[in-house]
Amino acid sequence: MELLAFGDTGWGDELFRATLMTIAVSITAMLIGFSFAAIFTPLKLSKYKSLNLIANFYTTIIRGVPELLVIYLFFFGGSGAIMFVASMFGYNEYIEINAFITGSFAIGIISGAYSTEVFRGAIQSIDKGQFEAAKVLGLSKFAQFYKIILPQMLRLAIPNLSNVWQITLKDTSLISVTGLVEIMRQSYIAAGSTRDPLFFYSFAAVLYLLLTFLSMKLINRLEVKYSRGY
Amino acid sequence: MDFELMINSFPKLLNAAAVTLKLLSVSLIIGLFIGLLFAILRLNKNVFINKFAYGYSYIFRGTPLLVQIFIIYFGLGQIESLRSSFLWVILKEPYWCAIIAFALNTGAYTSEILRSAFQTIKPGIIEAGQSLGISSKIIFYKIQIPIAIRQSLPAYGNEIILMMKGTSLASTVTLMDLTGVAKYIISTTFKPIEVFIVAGGIYLFMTFVIHNIIKFLEKKYSFN
Repeated sequence: MELLAFGDTGWGDELFRATLMTIAVSITAMLIGFSFAAIFTPLKLSKYKSLNLIANFYTTIIRGVPELLVIYLFFFGGSGAIMFVASMFGYNEYIEINAFITGSFAIGIISGAYSTEVFRGAIQSIDKGQFEAAKVLGLSKFAQFYKIILPQMLRLAIPNLSNVWQITLKDTSLISVTGLVEIMRQSYIAAGSTRDPLFFYSFAAVLYLLLTFLSMKLINRLEVKYSRGY
Repeated sequence: MDFELMINSFPKLLNAAAVTLKLLSVSLIIGLFIGLLFAILRLNKNVFINKFAYGYSYIFRGTPLLVQIFIIYFGLGQIESLRSSFLWVILKEPYWCAIIAFALNTGAYTSEILRSAFQTIKPGIIEAGQSLGISSKIIFYKIQIPIAIRQSLPAYGNEIILMMKGTSLASTVTLMDLTGVAKYIISTTFKPIEVFIVAGGIYLFMTFVIHNIIKFLEKKYSFN
């Protein structure tokens, strides 16, 4: 137990901070994923074949290629790509982007592909009559979506989004290969310096279980909230 | 775009893909047995057996695969009695550690898939078997299992693809699978995009093949 003490003698405070980091990366990645989904879901549902193709290209690649490979692409290629863009604007210094941004982006793109599929499914399972009724009422396009479609879509999407959240949360463990100090990386450091990998990796497993358990409880509440009236 | 690198790295990556496929197939076969065993335990009426099986699948589905590999590869070697036992022959090899982790992980997911498949079998089908005087053992092997396999094919196909992506984590315990070799080439040439396209292409091809095999099986075993 003294291994987990807070302060200089133990790893308690380090692991606590690492847990907060995991939560922060997961939430950031999830939000980045939502913004990708906001772009690609309309493309998927569009009546133009070429737009469908773009969206399918994105989701197929992400869902068929290992997460770790995507992370390596961002880790090794991220700053190169940014520097290339910067050089077009005449900035030629070396740019290093930090591990948090690279990591959240890599996981975010992965999570976005899953979210896109979830939103597509949710919108498609809304009754056609709802779209027609919204139109007939003379609501503006924005109000149609915002007031009629979105609330129903969220209700249908939340159970599946909770799966996406679980996947995203677990995927953040892979960013440890880039050196970002989240749960996995911190356990690796602690295991290395105390020569007690069994304890620290098991503790990491407990932390992840705790995070998945608590987030499930929270999501269940949201589910109840959004299914009022059903 | 460095096409020469792409062409040169292709055979190396293809060789590494063979390692990925080997890891995948061995862990899927072991995982299927584990999954079937735990699915049967989940349907047991004994509360303790039931809870035990649920706990297994909850733990393995609630933690990242990376943690599981690290516990098995780095953690288990710490136990003194394990190091002196015959099991050490297996556990000192990163290859087998990775396989054990993958098999236990996919076993947990497979058990959930099979359990829900067993539960969706209509009671009438089993009752029909009983009224024909078929013994419950044969009902299980000849009626319940084939139906459950058919029911769980789509979900299991997804699981195979997820597991194929999961095998990429073998590279974190020094195994040179497709991702491991890709990372090695990237870190020596600093050409991430080219290598990603080739390695990702091979992964996508494997996904495509698996997807179509499952589709074929689904058609073959469909009831209509």
